[in-house]
Amino acid sequence: MYLSLVFLPLFGSLTCLGFGRYLGFRGAVLVTTMCTGSAFLMSLVAFYEVALCGSPVNVELAPWFVSELFDAYWGFMYDTLTAVMLVVVTSVSTLVHIYSSSYMDGDPHLPRFMSYLSLFTFFMLMLVTGDNFLQLFLGWEGVGLASFLLINFWYTRLGANKSAVKAMLMNRVGDFGLALGIMGVFLVFKTVDYTTVFALAPYFQDTSFIFLGFEVPLLTTICILLFIGSVGKSAQLGLHTWLPDAMEGPTPVSALIHAATMVTAGVFLVARCSPIFEYAPGALAVVTCVGAMTAFFAASTGLVQNDLKRVIAYSTCSQLGYMVFACGLSNYNVGVFHLANHAFFKALLFLGAGCVIHAVNNEQDMRKMGGLVQVLPFTYAMMTIGSLALVGFPFLTGFYSKDAILEVAYARYSMSAEFAYILGCASALCTSYYSFRLLVVTFLGPCNMHKSSMSGIHEAPLLMSLPLVLLAFGSIFVGYMCKDMFIGVGTQFWGTALYSLPSNTLLVESEYIPQDIKMIPLALTGLGAVLAYTLNYSNVASSYTFTTSYYGRMLYTFLNKRWLFDKVYNDVFGKNALSFGYNVSFKSVDKGVLEMLGPYGLVVMFKNLSGQFKSLQTGYVYHYAFVMLIGLTFMLALVGLWDVVSVYVDNRLYFIHLVTYLIIQATAGEA
Amino acid sequence: MNSSYINNMSLAFWAVSPVFLYNMVYSPNSPFLLYLILVPLVGALALFLIPSESIQLIKVVALNVSLFTYIASLFLWIGFDASSPNFQYLYQADWMPYGNLYFTLGIDGISLFFIILSTLLVPICIMLGWSSITIYIREYMVALLILDAMMIAVFSTLDLLLFYVCFEAVLIPMFVIIGVWGSRARRIRAAYQFFLYTFFGSVLMLLAILMMYFQAGTTDLQILLTTEFSTQRQILYFLAFFASFAAKVPMIPVHIWLPEAHVEAPTAGSVLLAGIMLKLGTYGFLRFSMPLFPEATLYFTPFIYTLSCIAVIYASLTTVRQVDLKKIIAYSSVAHMGVVMLGLFSLNAQGVEGSILLMLGHGLVSPGLFMCVGVLYDRYKTRLVKYYGGVVHTMPLFATIFLLFTMGNIGLPGTSNFVGEFLVLTGCYQTNTLIAALGATGMVLGGAYSLWLYNRVVYGFPKPHYINTYADINRREFFMFVPLIIGTLWMGIYPEVFLHDMHVSVANVIQHGSY
Repeated sequence: MYLSLVFLPLFGSLTCLGFGRYLGFRGAVLVTTMCTGSAFLMSLVAFYEVALCGSPVNVELAPWFVSELFDAYWGFMYDTLTAVMLVVVTSVSTLVHIYSSSYMDGDPHLPRFMSYLSLFTFFMLMLVTGDNFLQLFLGWEGVGLASFLLINFWYTRLGANKSAVKAMLMNRVGDFGLALGIMGVFLVFKTVDYTTVFALAPYFQDTSFIFLGFEVPLLTTICILLFIGSVGKSAQLGLHTWLPDAMEGPTPVSALIHAATMVTAGVFLVARCSPIFEYAPGALAVVTCVGAMTAFFAASTGLVQNDLKRVIAYSTCSQLGYMVFACGLSNYNVGVFHLANHAFFKALLFLGAGCVIHAVNNEQDMRKMGGLVQVLPFTYAMMTIGSLALVGFPFLTGFYSKDAILEVAYARYSMSAEFAYILGCASALCTSYYSFRLLVVTFLGPCNMHKSSMSGIHEAPLLMSLPLVLLAFGSIFVGYMCKDMFIGVGTQFWGTALYSLPSNTLLVESEYIPQDIKMIPLALTGLGAVLAYTLNYSNVASSYTFTTSYYGRMLYTFLNKRWLFDKVYNDVFGKNALSFGYNVSFKSVDKGVLEMLGPYGLVVMFKNLSGQFKSLQTGYVYHYAFVMLIGLTFMLALVGLWDVVSVYVDNRLYFIHLVTYLIIQATAGEA
Repeated sequence: MNSSYINNMSLAFWAVSPVFLYNMVYSPNSPFLLYLILVPLVGALALFLIPSESIQLIKVVALNVSLFTYIASLFLWIGFDASSPNFQYLYQADWMPYGNLYFTLGIDGISLFFIILSTLLVPICIMLGWSSITIYIREYMVALLILDAMMIAVFSTLDLLLFYVCFEAVLIPMFVIIGVWGSRARRIRAAYQFFLYTFFGSVLMLLAILMMYFQAGTTDLQILLTTEFSTQRQILYFLAFFASFAAKVPMIPVHIWLPEAHVEAPTAGSVLLAGIMLKLGTYGFLRFSMPLFPEATLYFTPFIYTLSCIAVIYASLTTVRQVDLKKIIAYSSVAHMGVVMLGLFSLNAQGVEGSILLMLGHGLVSPGLFMCVGVLYDRYKTRLVKYYGGVVHTMPLFATIFLLFTMGNIGLPGTSNFVGEFLVLTGCYQTNTLIAALGATGMVLGGAYSLWLYNRVVYGFPKPHYINTYADINRREFFMFVPLIIGTLWMGIYPEVFLHDMHVSVANVIQHGSY
């Protein structure tokens, strides 16, 4: 069962890919959904056995590649962390499969789409179940491939093409770090197997090694390298630019890959490697700061985006920042708890947005919507539940994890934690603002739609509504039900899956911070909601005045252009690398120097030489006699005067000649 | 001669072939390797007996002979003893006994796979020329069969002078293939460049071989391995061998023949160039330079590292700006071979085994990509990227195969190149993290050009004013791709089969190179 729950989606995918045209649309949908659904049921059983009953499972399948000490195995490990991820991944995936069958209905490539979704699920399962870094890397790159294919699903759209390439490339920058990290792990521990590495980590706490020619602390460097992988996959600040662009893909894809599962792989990696990170305090500080900055950056950018999906995408980015800094503060269980919760309400939001987009004839710009509450009451209800869960409305899912993260940040007495707390609170304000702005502008505000979009408007069909309802239940209840199990004080739930140093455990302290402080995030959330309502509904004029003022416009442009990250990357890295590739390495080196010194230059040289020699061949005897005479004279002179000449021929003496020459010059100058 | 007659003949051939095979393999003291070299040569001779009008017969005979060679070469693998450090299937005959020169053949776990790769690619090349080659068909088949024999010989010879002879002999059929069946008038220039670059270095190698012969009195590799050369001489020899092998690899300052030759060669030529020819250089380093000149190897390691890193970064960046489909793949080969060199000179098991796997993987993926380009070229007679677009609309099957090889080229886990690349970088990381990090930039840059190429050609809108006839790959083309696809995935998912057989041999090489 443990193996089939991983390989069933692959089976579904390959069946669909290879025999899609025999299966037909319904057949393809049925096969893939059944496979993923069965995987979900098995995951529940696995969750019961592994997480609830506390009996981890290891399955060793076969060697993958073994070279001397390097041994990568096809091995599967199921502990609590894996079990949680399994349930999250397969449940959201199954719901998205069901949703897609209706959302993508009528698309001629439906079997291909379903196949890609299942392929993605398979790679994601490989990622979370692998028992060594190499298999994680396989899943890691595999989900990247699936994401590439899915973003590119509508391949005639130039935007989709560009975003797909961008997503894969930005991810590969991260993978570059991850690969170096894994090699570092092998260099130090001589294995890539989790259990061995984690068991050995404490012994390398204060050692250092030479990296890129510098002596650096060992575990910190390795952890930072691994974290670079997370930065790429989880769209943290620096490598985040692909995530908003990935919204070019179909909406179910955004829900499954770019919100609920794939992007959380980075958080999963950090949590999985908690036994190493715990002994690398420097790396933890980096993780915290990057996470906090991402949370704030993305939330602030989300404030002024006008594309429905982009807003949610930035929200995802921001929430990932929360998870990452929770992990950076050594509270991995809180981070993973937020991961699981976030999967439900963010999938709900995206699928709800999909319903809206589906209803209004593929219009995504919020400014061209409005007043939808009257025609799409069900979708509105779902989106509201999702948004309330997201902003952390008391007793909904997001409340339990998000507040816990902020409390933990407050309870830790360190620079990075304080930094994270302040940025986290600011982000909470922004989160609330953009979430309510989305609701207000799309559903409540004055209707601003084209007639063409309005004419075909309809509430989502059953197959699309059903996943929404289920996810809505999840968004309301999961946090409340699982809180004590995931992050309760003294919970035995995680077993050995997550490790934090006793001195880094903060859950008790966070229970005892002052009540006023605990209320701050809630107050900020309320403030954000009020602001959103005021600025976008009841008092639009004031927001208009602000954005047209000088500073307002600057701020608006800065945020709306996403802090100009893309521009800097394109101008500084992209253009220069491309012009180097053409002007320097191709034009000057390959077609320039090497061509001149090589084939072209030789041809010209031989041509010239032969021309000169040809002119010697005059046919007159006395010319030849003259040349021979000169040659003979030169030869004789060389032999006869060898004692004199040899001084100049011996190359060891050149240096002395040079020095003598310089001295003579110098003395001549004096004279 | 009608086709059913030809079919019956091939069936009859395959019916009796087990007898040949049995005699080749199982008769005691059978010179199996010699037979393996002779089979394609005999086939080539037989082709001359067939009148040049009966084209179909020529093609069928050539294909059957090359397939038979392939299947026979698989028996090498079956009978191979992975636990022995010795050379196997040894065969020695008098060549010039008065000069103490013998015709020695034998293989170990390294050369085994290169032989199989060569014999696998030749039938594919014959199928590639099935309809796209229209002139001198018989000569084309003959050239390929001779090339087949020479490649088996060059990978199985254990005598330096014999190696030199075969190393040069491989050039001639290739020179002819590029010069005669190439696509444009520029092919002559490309053929000359290809020939001169490789030949120039080889002359120096010959001098070094002679010098070694005068010192040791023999050119037998197994004896030379026990000979200790002085450090000065080692450095000299290494440089001479380097001149020859570096041009073949190709390493960065002497690589410009490669894009030129690839662009002008017919698809089969590109396939063999990328699949086998480039590996001759790295194989030479591995088989001769490293174990024979261990001190020089250590001495030159930083030099090679530098050149290889430049190759990875420069060639990758150059690739991004190319507009010719074949040039893109050719330049990416330069980058990949740079990674291979990094692995070889990391001088540890991971690095060397990784680079062998990467050579094999590249020998499947790169031919696959060239064949993809060939499929497009056969249909549309252009190789410029800008005329293509939206190919997936009309050629979904082709798009899938192209995607698979593109992912192989990027080194996606699950394909052969990943295993090789990762092992190489791991090996490198243990000797020098900086070099490993620079080499790993190839991961990012490789992604850049491969995805860019794939996106331009396959996705987007079709351009009907350039491309207006549509046909997905046909059955012949599909079956050409199948072995490469299987190989790529197999080596990605379960490379243990290959690694297991090369452990001992690699340890042997490394042990010669270390103190």
